[in-house]
Amino acid sequence: MRKQIESPLARSAPASGATLAQKLIARAAAQSHVNVGDVLTCQVDLAMFHDSSGPRRLKPMLADIGAQIWDRNKVVLVLDHYVPARDADAEKIIRITRDVAKEWQLPHVIDSEGICHVVLPERGHLKPGHFCVGGDSHSPTGGAFGTYMFGIGATEMLGVVATGEIWVQVPQTLRMVWHGALQKGVCAKDMMLHMIGKFGMNGGNYQALEFAGDTVRGLGMQERMTLSNMSAEMGAQVGLIAADSITRDYLKSVGVSQADIEQCDYFETDETADFQRFDFEASQLSPQVAAPHSPENTKAVSEFAHIKPSVAYIGACTGAKLVDLRAAAEVLKGRKVAAGVQLMVAPASAKDQAQAQREGVMQILTDAGARVLPNACGACAGYGGTFEEGATVISSTARNFQGRMGPASVQVYLASPATVAASALQGHIADVREVLA
Amino acid sequence: MTQGCAEFHKVWRVGANIDTDALAPGAYMKHDIEVIAAHCLEVHRPDFASAVKPGDVLVAGPNFGIGSSREQAAGALKQLGIAAVIAPSYSGLFFRNAFNLGLLLLTCPEAERLQENERVQLDLKAQPEVKTAQGQILTCHSVPSFLMDMVSAGGLVNVLKLRMQLLKN
Repeated sequence: MRKQIESPLARSAPASGATLAQKLIARAAAQSHVNVGDVLTCQVDLAMFHDSSGPRRLKPMLADIGAQIWDRNKVVLVLDHYVPARDADAEKIIRITRDVAKEWQLPHVIDSEGICHVVLPERGHLKPGHFCVGGDSHSPTGGAFGTYMFGIGATEMLGVVATGEIWVQVPQTLRMVWHGALQKGVCAKDMMLHMIGKFGMNGGNYQALEFAGDTVRGLGMQERMTLSNMSAEMGAQVGLIAADSITRDYLKSVGVSQADIEQCDYFETDETADFQRFDFEASQLSPQVAAPHSPENTKAVSEFAHIKPSVAYIGACTGAKLVDLRAAAEVLKGRKVAAGVQLMVAPASAKDQAQAQREGVMQILTDAGARVLPNACGACAGYGGTFEEGATVISSTARNFQGRMGPASVQVYLASPATVAASALQGHIADVREVLA
Repeated sequence: MTQGCAEFHKVWRVGANIDTDALAPGAYMKHDIEVIAAHCLEVHRPDFASAVKPGDVLVAGPNFGIGSSREQAAGALKQLGIAAVIAPSYSGLFFRNAFNLGLLLLTCPEAERLQENERVQLDLKAQPEVKTAQGQILTCHSVPSFLMDMVSAGGLVNVLKLRMQLLKN
């Protein structure tokens, strides 16, 4: 079945043009052109870190090396991993984070209002053409805005906040070109699970993914963010999408000034550039599910009809944005989840939750039996509030590693928010297309 | 880590796709590195953290370190005194984190030929090699010199300290 969907065309284009990735790095390194494999020092336009990777680790190290933050206007701090505090240790981490934010006089602090990768663009911090780093592995989410953004560890973040620079090796580009319309109920998460299943957890080999084609151009910003977000699960450094009119409209909607929108660099991959191309037919894609304990264990939803989840979890930057909440509500409208299934919804940001509230989406979800959890990483980060011994979970999150979201006995199946909702409704892993039909 | 290869290192073997949750379990992430290190790899090898000795090497299958950006995954191995990780491939993010913390990673296509408990020598020349007690030589990919320098310096923090001092002088 999967064989019919994609037809990889390993093509050898003349290397005269440049890819989106090359253009973004060239700009950040102040070069006219960069070649794949070059190691360059780039100027960072924005550095994002959170309560786990940020101040508690950075403050002592900055003091140790005797440095200051290079430019506090280019730093965004988000409290999302340890909020709300579940115990004294978490409370301490949050207190340190807030104290340091004051001490450093950080102008951009987003505290307990949502998950970093969702609130960052929501506040207009991501701009097409920019080069950004994040202290979190899902930082490739920023690639949806035509931004070169990737995740780094706390020590490397120290280097960035002290110097404003970071080294990067210019990646090859794996261009994923999607054609045609997705079936009703099938979404970006299914596209991504399918690609991870095909290429594997490290198939991206720390190179650049680029998502293109009419299917991708037709997706809204939050669906595009889901593609870029799970580039991390393919082991890519970045997951890029060329910015276009949909990106501009989004920037406008979150309050970025027209002048700033005009000033951005809207790069695209030249057709003559050297990249590997893979083609996919969207209309043939069925809802996808990844079995425990790896996102690459992906098969069509029909293979999992015998699995009866005890928990249905809609959460995380990957799967609880406004678009995800709407998709779940479309499935659950006027219905109740099956007996024996606990539905939990942790909206990815307060802003998205407020909008979902206005649209009646939250009401539909709670009427169906959903328990609404805080706007934070929650169970997905595995730092607290994880699932109980022996639980079978269907989840809209990004990772189902053994022991991540609870004890080693917990079995996590990854799927789209629509599939999670359909499965909660039916009491077994279900095909959302049948529910919506 | 010295350039010399006289020292023998005991091999600990793990499989493919070792993720950061296995190396630095989320439940312990709020604690210091000593606590995280005590639970390193316990989901695969409950004996590892308590029995591993400084200077031992960890030999793994492909895709070592996939998952999170948490550098404690590399930090835990460094804390336990692991001299090097030897694997056919790594997560790119883990790769950066490891060198930033001064942990040497050797990319060795034939890593999986090495056996548990075997003693190996590391020759860290331009084209690094792993030598077994039987005289077998496994060639590794070369490591960019600035990353080898980072390992020699003990990690990025020490490199930055030098840079800051130079800026002040």
